[in-house]
Amino acid sequence: MKIVLNGEQREVAATTLAELLPECGFSGRVATAVNEDFVPAGLRAGHALTDGDRVEVVAPMQGG
Amino acid sequence: MKQFYGVDLPNPLMLGTAQYPSPAILEQAFRASGAGVATVSLRREGAGGTGQAFWQMIADLDVLILPNTAGCHTVKEAVTTAHMAQEVFGTKWIKLEVIGHTDSLQPDVFALVEAARILTEDGFEVFPYTTEDLIVAERLLEAGCEVLMPWGAPIGSGRGLNNTYGLRAMRAEFSDIPLVVDAGIGLPSHAAAAMEMGYDAVLLNTAVARAGDPVAMAQAMMGAVNAGRMAHQADPIEARDMAEASTPVIGKAFLS
Repeated sequence: MKIVLNGEQREVAATTLAELLPECGFSGRVATAVNEDFVPAGLRAGHALTDGDRVEVVAPMQGG
Repeated sequence: MKQFYGVDLPNPLMLGTAQYPSPAILEQAFRASGAGVATVSLRREGAGGTGQAFWQMIADLDVLILPNTAGCHTVKEAVTTAHMAQEVFGTKWIKLEVIGHTDSLQPDVFALVEAARILTEDGFEVFPYTTEDLIVAERLLEAGCEVLMPWGAPIGSGRGLNNTYGLRAMRAEFSDIPLVVDAGIGLPSHAAAAMEMGYDAVLLNTAVARAGDPVAMAQAMMGAVNAGRMAHQADPIEARDMAEASTPVIGKAFLS
């Protein structure tokens, strides 16, 4: 299916958010949101993706 | 020193982690200065896991972590970012920024109060980036904040304390609340001035990170906040308009 991952169009095989992360090379400390709503780590496996979903994957970064 | 949500800070310097010339210099700035709190953010994870390497370095510093909601302009965006930060960084602390004006990065204090209320109800310990407005401060406390962080000047401007009258008034009005001057500091003298007024800590980033020698400037800032705090505790004299001789007049030899 086609999703938008961190602002970029992607064709992915994953059907859940939990499957998406390793498929796209994410590991370690990340947090996720789908269509502007936070999805906690514990709910990723049960979060089915649908065509056109906007997924954000964020990680620790420098900040002031 | 007042506690921040039940936590004693090792010293009054909170240091940002952005804009350093290199990760190594960032690390040295923390180690050399001894700053006990690091502000961090969340951004889209890049290819190769750049965020994970950054996190490992920060974790090794063994400092208190204060994640921010920098760049958020709405209540929803800030609240969502705070929840993501809590999961990633494993802390209830959140430096709550809700920006209202692009050029000055002045906080949208109406959205700030609303976001602070929601996050407090969600169990967060909120450090609101606010102005020196006393009524907004009251509202933030009513919303559940136990710390207030008024700006000294716009973020990154290095102008120092733009409104010393307002900051003094805030200190006087909220004598029991931990207060942090956050943003606008350019020089150690600015940081010392905030501490001399009785502020409990200073949060700064650009003044250190963009200095020619960030490691030396971080140490200078630590010296300044400690000097300012000691000066406040030592009960400084009042300024006066006219001279008052310090050397005794009595006993002076008659020589003319």
